[in-house]
Amino acid sequence: MSDSDLEAFRAETRAWLEANCPPEMREPVRDEDDIYWGGRNATFKSDAQKAWFEACRDKGYTVPAWPRDYGGAGLSPAQAKVLREEMAAINARPPLSSFGIWMLGPALLHFGTEGQKQRFLNEIARGEIRWCQGYSEPGSGSDLVSLQTFGEDKGDHWVVNGQKIWTSYADKADWIFCLVRTDKDNKYQGITFMLYDMASAGVSTKPILLISGNSPFCETFFDDVKVPKSYGEDVPAQVGEVNRGWDVAKYLLGHEREMISGADGGNTGTIGAALARANGAIDPVLRAELAQFDVDALAYGAMGEKFLDEIKVGKAHPAQPNMMKYAGTELNKRRHELMMAAGGSHALEWESEETSGGKPSRNWLRTKANSIEGGTSEVMLNVISKRILDLPGA
Amino acid sequence: MPLYYDDDQTMLADTAGQFMAEEGSIKNQLRHWRDRDCKDGFGHGLWQQFAEMGFTGILVDEDDGGLGMGQVEANIVLEEIGRNLTPSPFLSSSVLAATALKHGSNDVKGRWLPSLLSGEKVYGVAIDEGRKHRPETIGCKAEKSGNGFKLSGKKDFVIYGASSEMIVVAARTSGSDSDRDGVTLFAVPQDAAGMSHDSVRLVDSSMASHITFDGVELDGDAVIGEVDGGREVLDAMLVAGRVGSAAEGVGVARGAMDMTVDYLRQRKQFGKVIGEFQALQHRASHLYSEVEIARAVTIKAAQLVDGGSEKADLMASVAKAKVAKVAGLAVREGVQMHGGIGMTDEYDIGLYMKRDRALQEFLGDQYYHTGRVAELSGY
Repeated sequence: MSDSDLEAFRAETRAWLEANCPPEMREPVRDEDDIYWGGRNATFKSDAQKAWFEACRDKGYTVPAWPRDYGGAGLSPAQAKVLREEMAAINARPPLSSFGIWMLGPALLHFGTEGQKQRFLNEIARGEIRWCQGYSEPGSGSDLVSLQTFGEDKGDHWVVNGQKIWTSYADKADWIFCLVRTDKDNKYQGITFMLYDMASAGVSTKPILLISGNSPFCETFFDDVKVPKSYGEDVPAQVGEVNRGWDVAKYLLGHEREMISGADGGNTGTIGAALARANGAIDPVLRAELAQFDVDALAYGAMGEKFLDEIKVGKAHPAQPNMMKYAGTELNKRRHELMMAAGGSHALEWESEETSGGKPSRNWLRTKANSIEGGTSEVMLNVISKRILDLPGA
Repeated sequence: MPLYYDDDQTMLADTAGQFMAEEGSIKNQLRHWRDRDCKDGFGHGLWQQFAEMGFTGILVDEDDGGLGMGQVEANIVLEEIGRNLTPSPFLSSSVLAATALKHGSNDVKGRWLPSLLSGEKVYGVAIDEGRKHRPETIGCKAEKSGNGFKLSGKKDFVIYGASSEMIVVAARTSGSDSDRDGVTLFAVPQDAAGMSHDSVRLVDSSMASHITFDGVELDGDAVIGEVDGGREVLDAMLVAGRVGSAAEGVGVARGAMDMTVDYLRQRKQFGKVIGEFQALQHRASHLYSEVEIARAVTIKAAQLVDGGSEKADLMASVAKAKVAKVAGLAVREGVQMHGGIGMTDEYDIGLYMKRDRALQEFLGDQYYHTGRVAELSGY
């Protein structure tokens, strides 16, 4: 696509956004229910949220880069970047947030059968099914591959028993993509990546109260859950081959790490100027720390840009998302430490209107999970040692 | 513009990398001249080769006989210089002085550019006064005298000053020391009467001059750019030099890191290769992550300079500060992880530590630039 075509697309996009994105959807997200997750039981908080979602859904803009056949708009990477930029320019909220879009979708695009893509990608794009991810187990955190949840082969179905933990929004999800051991004798090649309904008999969830006072994660229990091997012609219940789910899991972990890294701008903002404005006189030593942070944040911003540019053309080292996740999450934790320090006693308020219900302190506590979820910083450093630096025995 | 090298830049990186690793290697250049107590601190033969490759005029316009390339390309050469610790006047002559001469009249260019391009001469820049880089304050004075000027004062940290045929001097022609306006740049020839050098060897074996100007008489045509309007040219020099020295610092960091990781793969203790110890693996991986980030922001800053972006000045300071932190980490980790052998002169890792220390100070250290980032951001 030529530059002039791209500029025409930009003008078109700008006009479409102007016509379709309600003013309320250009306000910052304040509460959890400002985010629309879709799903069987979803409700809209406002007419504006509904209108914005439906306009995007009909245009394929809930998943702009996916093919049209699967509910997307079939945009090229350059066009998708233009749409992102134009949405950012008016602070448009994402019309639909979901683990289907971020996680399962990319896995299906890469490993799915045509039948799986037709069914599940369209459901995701239209916001009809809300997914959750069943990876970690109580005994399998960093050492994920040791997972024990077992699916016993019963011919035309599996019977799944076991427990997952840190399942994000499992209590609100319709379906789960889940790592299930199907061969006890094969560590890496004995795991199957299964898709099944959370309404199945034997599935139960229990939210976990975190130090932030919120419960985004659950324990999820499977007690003789019957999972059919097929949902119709060319729609098997597993993604990839049976016993080869670890390949899918690894691919998805790369995606997840990239997402958590905030390479796309999530973790790159500076804070010094805003904190100095908001909190008055700043201790000179803290000012120095803020400046050090801003240097690191701006430098990481350039790294994110470089990383995404290189990914597009296949120049990035395949293990580079691990480095991005490590650097991005450590930076984000530091950001919130400094925000707490600059905010003083105001930032300590746990329940007050002034702080929108304790945002500073709850967010600060939430960031501590950044360097744990999706692979700890220590695991990221192990991976860099082994796969990039080629150090022995790592 | 994507944040990676295009095909031409990749080719330049390969060429410069190979050239510096062979001709500009530590053994052939840094150790060779150091061990002979060379008063220049670099090899003129190598500088000739720089000219043959076109590197001397990499930033000089094609109309003036140069390659007409940008900061990204100059940085590519500098990163290779850093990796190989190649002593050369490239940064002072071909980046800083060449940037100043870009703003000179045709007469000024005609007088000085040809022998820079040919590799016959090298040029220096005299900016700092005192031990730390504070270019906001310029006290060196040039007073009107007949048709020209009379220059008095002192300059410090003039790299390869004693070997320089000409030195670009930032002096005050009006106002008080800390005024932004009233600065003028002069091309001062080596043989100017009243200029004296106190040339000293630095920790990294490079040479630097303390220069005293004692009523040095200069013609009006020694002025580069406008009288009293030198600050803009000086700013352009500083941005180019800071981004350039960040690139050299990235090279130093990469050179030290590569050497160290190699060592971790080979050195055995307690019956195994020390690279198997997680304590060392994590430090090496953290270093890798930091070096990648430092390199990314340096390329970003160079692209902004070439694009004439108003953010270039801020990002030059970000790059200089980040690289200083990271290169410092790289050389300290390098020496520590090498253990006892890292303390020996025979082993190259210590040479990286020395070069890094000198680069840290050049055109402002991490504290100066971190503070500058805060100021430019409004706090």
